[in-house]
Amino acid sequence: MSWILLVEQALNGLQFGVMLFLMAAGLTLIFGVMGLINLAHGSLYMVGAFAAAAVAAATGSFVLALIASLAAAALAGVLIEATIIRRLYDRDHLDQVLATFALILIFSEGTRWAFGSFPLFLDRPEALSGTVSLPFGIEYSRYRLALIGVGLAVAAGLFWMIAKTRVGIRIRAGENDREMIAALGVDISRLYTLVFALGAALAGLAGALIGAIQSVQVGMGEPVLILAFVVIVIGGIGSVQGALVGAILVGLTDTLGGFLLPKAFALFLSPAAATSVGSSLASMSIYILMAGVLLVRPKGLFGGA
Amino acid sequence: MTRESCLNVVLMGLLLAVPLAAWALDEPFIITLTTRAVIFAIAGVGLNLALGFGGLVSFGHAAFFGLGGYAMGILAYHAQTYTPLMDWPFVIEGTKSMLVIWPVAIVASGLAALAIGALSLRTSGVYFIMITLAFGQMFFYFTISWSAYGGEDGLSIYVRNSFPGLNTMDPIQFFAICYGLLLLVLWGVHRMANASFGLALRAARQNEERLQAVGQVPYRLYLTAFAISGAITGLAGALFADLNRFVSPSMLSWQTSGEIMVFVILGGVGRVYGPVAGAALFILLEHTLGGLSPYWHVYLGAILLGVVLFARGGIFGLLAGREVAHD
Repeated sequence: MSWILLVEQALNGLQFGVMLFLMAAGLTLIFGVMGLINLAHGSLYMVGAFAAAAVAAATGSFVLALIASLAAAALAGVLIEATIIRRLYDRDHLDQVLATFALILIFSEGTRWAFGSFPLFLDRPEALSGTVSLPFGIEYSRYRLALIGVGLAVAAGLFWMIAKTRVGIRIRAGENDREMIAALGVDISRLYTLVFALGAALAGLAGALIGAIQSVQVGMGEPVLILAFVVIVIGGIGSVQGALVGAILVGLTDTLGGFLLPKAFALFLSPAAATSVGSSLASMSIYILMAGVLLVRPKGLFGGA
Repeated sequence: MTRESCLNVVLMGLLLAVPLAAWALDEPFIITLTTRAVIFAIAGVGLNLALGFGGLVSFGHAAFFGLGGYAMGILAYHAQTYTPLMDWPFVIEGTKSMLVIWPVAIVASGLAALAIGALSLRTSGVYFIMITLAFGQMFFYFTISWSAYGGEDGLSIYVRNSFPGLNTMDPIQFFAICYGLLLLVLWGVHRMANASFGLALRAARQNEERLQAVGQVPYRLYLTAFAISGAITGLAGALFADLNRFVSPSMLSWQTSGEIMVFVILGGVGRVYGPVAGAALFILLEHTLGGLSPYWHVYLGAILLGVVLFARGGIFGLLAGREVAHD
């Protein structure tokens, strides 16, 4: 049944989208509050995945592995924020790009030195293996379904935190006017460290969760980082809602494009040609989506005027 | 002579003396290494036009570098397999002549830069950085899935392409070609930077409103600079592919964009000869640090971090003093 396959692909797209959101939320918050473009965000994702794989191998517990990924990524985030990133807030974007590019080189090679070039494997927890039966006879991976649930729960928690809590109010105030909230007695540098650690922890969590589907290896962070950039450009840099909408759009376009485009071209091309044209177009589809959005709204869907 | 022009002469002299000495001592590896530096320098000089003079932080120049590489790869591939590039509506044959390959590489990457620039320049700042990065990735994934020309494995060329009167397989002669092109490009960029176009471009970087007030259109200046910048980087890509006799999607990867940017920053942003110094230093570091440890990127990262945090202005900033604001 083709439509069952379609629903499964749509769920895969949603799962990919919510994981992208975990990455994009941190990037967009860090940009919104501190005005920093952080290429090393993908390295924090990798740190989370490696920490999870190492702890899972030592203890066998997936929950401990997730906690380790959050802690390790947040710690790495605090460390680089306090030593390097802090000096970059007042610099122009070129300096930020280069310094964080340098950080990627250091993180990647450092990890390769510590763990070697071979990929590590992180097993899914026993309770979430196998498939689950959804209505209309759809069988779907239990783990991927759990990822959608976790992703949406984190998104809801993040929105609640930003809308309702004192920290969230300070973050929003920091986006609007840094000098003003500093004048009102908020310790701005602690707020910056906190936001950076929060973004880092979300990236690390995403790394651990995805690490159980794919392999854990050096360089795993950068493809996701670039997609997360596309997400926040589509959504509007600095907007968490925009990041959520953008992430789900990109997730669905990427997954459904790879599934539907070859089939669409098969209607009027030979099967071999349809597969090759369809799959090359599919791999470009999210960038075409991004170009389209920017043509209509140069500041993204949720960006300021 | 200012300190900067002294430095330029010393730099270009060294870049010529090292391979000549290696040639006399019969060390072809050193010649090839210097040729790499010269080719990277051309790519960096191209990016510097957009980044240094126009303030356009492009993180997608690998696309133009790779397009130049594929222009050479595709033409030479068809020539060596004796298959026409296309046979309808008219026949286009492949070629092994550099004099044909270069213009094709320049035009192809220039046109791509024009298209990418026209879209990307609607945005600015961080959006511009990210959208150029994304367009670069788009070309990268396209070449990976382009199975007609090797896909992920890339294309190999058996014999280096030909240049009238020279044996291009001889390292020192191929070096001479690349060095000659570097001089030509440097001369062109130097002329451009000091012509009214270059002055207007620098003015646009500093203050768009004032430039508009005297009747210039910043968008047009930026787009012109971006297209020329892409074309120069494309030429470097064609030479790089010829040097290795191999072209693959890795030429278009985002790390390549980052490296081209590193040449410009290490040397000194906005100095015409800056990327030459940056590319030479990069190759020197790659060679010496790469010999010390397989994890030499850690040291490269640390050096880069040091330059960004403490030595703004790169090599030229250190040796030639701060940029003079008024000539």
